[in-house]
Amino acid sequence: MSTSKPLPHDAAQLHVTGTARYVDDIPTPAGTLHLAFGLSDQARGKIAAMNLEQVTASAGVVAVLTADDLPFSNDVSPSAHDEPLLATGQVHYLGQPLFIVVATSHLAARRAARLAQVEITAEPAILTIDDAMAANSRFEDGPRIYAKGDPDRILTAAPNRLRGSLEIGGQEHFYLEGQAALALPLEGGDMLIHSSTQHPTEIQHKVAEAIGAPMHAVRVETRRMGGGFGGKESQGNALAVACAIAARHTGAPCKMRYDRDDDMMITGKRHDFRITYDAGFDETGRITALDFTHYARCGWAMDLSLPVADRAMLHADNAYHLEHIRITSHRLKTNTQSATAFRGFGGPQGIVGIERVMDHIAATLGLDPLEVRRANFYRDGNITQTTPYQQPVTDCIIQALTDRVTANAGYDERRKDIASWNAQNPILKRGLALTPVKFGISFTLTHLNQAGALVHVYHDGSIHLNHGGTEMGQGLFQKVAQIAAAEFGVPIEQVKITATDTAKVPNTSATAASSGTDLNGMAVLNACTTIRGRMAGHLAMLHDCDPGAIRFENGHVRAGDTTLTFAQAAQATYEARISLSATGFYKTPDIKWDRIKGVGQPFFYFAYGAAITEVVIDTLTGENRILRADILHDAGQSLNPALDIGQIEGGYVQGAGWLTTEELVWDARGALKTHAPATYKIPACSDRPDVFNVALWDKPNPAQTIYRSKAVGEPPFMLGISVWSALADAVAACGPNYADLQTPATAEAVLAAVKRAKGDA
Amino acid sequence: MNVSFLLNGTSVTLTEPAPTTTLLDWLREERHLTGTKEGCNEGDCGACTVMVTDANGHHPLNACILLLPQLDGKHVTTVEGLSTAQGTLHPVQSEMVTHHGSQCGFCTPGFVMSMATAHLNGDTDHNTTLAGNLCRCTGYAPIIRAARAAEEQPVPDHLLLLGENIPGNPSADGRLDGAAPQTTDALAKLYAENPDATLIAGATDVGLWITKQLRDIPTPIFLNQCADLHGITKTDTHWRIGAMTSIAELERTLSPHFPDLGKMLRRYGSTQVRAAATLGGNIANGSPIGDGSPAMIALGATLHLRMEDTRRDIPLEDFFIAYGKQDRQRGEFVEAISFPVQPDTLHCTKISKRFDQDISAVCACLNLPVEDGHFTTTRLAFGGMAGTPARARQAEAALNGQPVTLASIHAAMAVLRHDFTPLSDMRASADYRMEVAQNALLRAFHRSNGTATDLHEVTS
Repeated sequence: MSTSKPLPHDAAQLHVTGTARYVDDIPTPAGTLHLAFGLSDQARGKIAAMNLEQVTASAGVVAVLTADDLPFSNDVSPSAHDEPLLATGQVHYLGQPLFIVVATSHLAARRAARLAQVEITAEPAILTIDDAMAANSRFEDGPRIYAKGDPDRILTAAPNRLRGSLEIGGQEHFYLEGQAALALPLEGGDMLIHSSTQHPTEIQHKVAEAIGAPMHAVRVETRRMGGGFGGKESQGNALAVACAIAARHTGAPCKMRYDRDDDMMITGKRHDFRITYDAGFDETGRITALDFTHYARCGWAMDLSLPVADRAMLHADNAYHLEHIRITSHRLKTNTQSATAFRGFGGPQGIVGIERVMDHIAATLGLDPLEVRRANFYRDGNITQTTPYQQPVTDCIIQALTDRVTANAGYDERRKDIASWNAQNPILKRGLALTPVKFGISFTLTHLNQAGALVHVYHDGSIHLNHGGTEMGQGLFQKVAQIAAAEFGVPIEQVKITATDTAKVPNTSATAASSGTDLNGMAVLNACTTIRGRMAGHLAMLHDCDPGAIRFENGHVRAGDTTLTFAQAAQATYEARISLSATGFYKTPDIKWDRIKGVGQPFFYFAYGAAITEVVIDTLTGENRILRADILHDAGQSLNPALDIGQIEGGYVQGAGWLTTEELVWDARGALKTHAPATYKIPACSDRPDVFNVALWDKPNPAQTIYRSKAVGEPPFMLGISVWSALADAVAACGPNYADLQTPATAEAVLAAVKRAKGDA
Repeated sequence: MNVSFLLNGTSVTLTEPAPTTTLLDWLREERHLTGTKEGCNEGDCGACTVMVTDANGHHPLNACILLLPQLDGKHVTTVEGLSTAQGTLHPVQSEMVTHHGSQCGFCTPGFVMSMATAHLNGDTDHNTTLAGNLCRCTGYAPIIRAARAAEEQPVPDHLLLLGENIPGNPSADGRLDGAAPQTTDALAKLYAENPDATLIAGATDVGLWITKQLRDIPTPIFLNQCADLHGITKTDTHWRIGAMTSIAELERTLSPHFPDLGKMLRRYGSTQVRAAATLGGNIANGSPIGDGSPAMIALGATLHLRMEDTRRDIPLEDFFIAYGKQDRQRGEFVEAISFPVQPDTLHCTKISKRFDQDISAVCACLNLPVEDGHFTTTRLAFGGMAGTPARARQAEAALNGQPVTLASIHAAMAVLRHDFTPLSDMRASADYRMEVAQNALLRAFHRSNGTATDLHEVTS
């Protein structure tokens, strides 16, 4: 079997030799033109005048296009049609594209774009959560509210009660490959688009609208992205649409890639949140009632903010059974970049909220935070407990998983060691924390939970594999190829992985919500099953045996006493005039969800994990470092343990970065000041834990997923929350007071918390 | 100006290339060698890392801020030249495959070039050699496993030969005109004739003028051929550092003598940046947040300036007049920096959001000589606390002559508030800057007493 093997990424050899092609590496025809956007330098206002004469006159410029020049739809929104490609009169954020420059080189386009003379009559910008609440600037009519039980009554009656507020910073994706697209005009006005996108069908849809063509006139191809993380779910629309419009306008191939600073100024990021809480709890730390309010800063356009904010609410419980709970969610419209999907899709913010409550209760009661967490966990094996949205939690393993990771990591002994070490060290303090993850798997927009595949077996026995999922580094293509190879019983080398292509598999969903393998793997399985059934049927007839007895294994097909190579079997089937090509389709069963009422079964299953992190902080500066991480994560019956561990290690470090060094700073004008890696600091090599133990939980998924595996893209991201919790623990060692550590826990934020702990603040 | 170099073993001569063309653009757009990636176009992510070999060895450099004239006479190896002609992977490449060191793969060519350069140089301090390569997918753990696994494997033959095959300084061919003078005297003459020219040393700053500000550099003068501007010499009384000495060389030479300074210089930029950046450039650009100047000021450095044949020496701190304004005449350039030979009493603190490869919010270089239990002539130099690198003269005065006690330190910390009024920006607030600047004094005191103050000496 080719599944469960730790095979390398399918393109690893290409990666290390520099021969893996990304959009900007595709050889372009002579005469290819290059695009750049001219950007707004105001956060909000009316365009009074836009003089583009110098832009047009700049060397190498072929065309300059404004909103007035767009032939059809001026919209790149994935949701509410509220996101013009180019501003029309009103400017909504600093960095908003105003016009397109089409030039003979990337540099010429960038240079020209800066020569515009744009007068914008500034209006007071709504930049912050407080601004937006004061102005009632929001998406939807009012807050969404999900509730279960009777939180008000139980809160009032609670033996202990605390309130708090937590600022949760946003996060720049910082995919190493910036956004990029290439449009090649074809005969008859058709368009071929190469796009670095997680969502080729969306690109196809928006390009078709923009050039006034049906979707059949647009083909989108995506071989790979240099990282996505949610940042290429909708944010690539603008580039692809701009290229298609310019290609239509000029008749020449057009390419656009954002310079890194433009990328960070233009595109959306993770939503920053404020979460306030009011919790009632007993002497053991068990929560009796909880009232959360989420404030999500969504930016100027709706994009995916509603489902993001929904998912934050759906993860307000994380791994904890809350009987009386209310979550109120404000989706605030601000004059900033339109916040978008980012690994976890709101889940991380929701989970940080409840993890903060656990730490706050522990600090109040003087308990080890792990004891408070254990007191609140969903119970393994209990099938009657439900989430705040009333989905039964029947697959819980968090207790057993926590028991195992704490034992393996020596949590109890280390907790004691750290306490005595801290007592002897006046300047440096260590901290330790465990945080769990329970993450719901499925798109909450139920109709997205479908996938298609296209599989060909050629008569030489080689196999062409295609499906609707996109490869952004997560190893989806290899996992799915492993499934196809297993189904046909052939070596993985016999399966050709091919670029995602809207002409091969139509109407696909974004590769998002961790669903890539679950959905596309099943669709491929179904296609393979169809072809295998046809082959088996024919061979059974030829060799006079039962089709069910035909075996596909080790590169051969056994039919009764006869053994053929897979190629011979394919040739025989072909010669019998039987199709060796099939589509496959899959839709996730058993899910239903009412997002207005907040009741239903939005998730097919949950993925679990836990991380224990040890940190050390410097109480003179707030600087800090991760010393050790021990992770146990549930990938079900892993399709590829190496790739799954890669997701876990990478997700953990990315999550740690979000809550520590990655700080987005906007100035009072709404200008993002951290728009390059010089000022926005993702983790570097030495920021990973010195000791980094990662293991996979070893039980299959009880839900009927592909080979009983579990989705693993997003859930490990939230393991990084343990870093922040460990920092809070180290800070708590500095003094008697509750330190109220905020996020991101930069050195400056940690030092401020140290002072609060000491009472010096 | 013509430029000649070897590219993956093949000789390249460019006739009159635009002098501000970056190696990255040239590789990708002219040569269609797309293995070298553009991640940030400002030298901060390492996706464009290439290996450049010259007489001083093999250097990993960021191709995005490396200008073609800087390559003259050198050997450039890109990811396309790393495997053998027969396609055998370099050990770092094969170990990256084995250990799952790539996910999206976009940063990978840059990583393997940094790894291969370190491998060639026998450098196994992977946290340092890879500090300038960002990866957003893997969390770095598998990359480090790969780097370790490759350590003991032999260097492929074709890379071993690189050092024997450097074209060398091409001046003898007369192919260079005045834009890349060969000697300091020639530079002095040329600059006096073109006092508005832009001097380009390592281009780690000027590179961003080109790639980010899209500025024209009408008259560039490249200093890389100016052999006598390079190098460090030590006499009985003084260290003298040529303006074109790279930070990498500075770190190598000074670390044994000033270990705490060495630790800070290890965090200056990244390996790629230190290989290109020069001390003269770091000082001459006048940045208030460069780390070189506070260190040199604390050591009592003298700046040696030259205009044509006129030289003058000034205390380094006096060079910095105000933000963006230095005591430098038109046509005058930095020739060298010198400082007295002295015992090591230097304490360096660099505060930044991220430990590695980050610009300082505050850089504190505190020189605290002690005699008979009393501070003598302290020099407290700071970056990030004012519009220029500057000494905290009031705090120095508060310390000088005082006993080495916590009380003396606290008194100086209080006075430091009168020395500076720092700014708030995206790196840090004014209050934080002041607090950690003060605490740098406290750290120096505790460190001298043997109290643990270094996060990096703690293990789980």
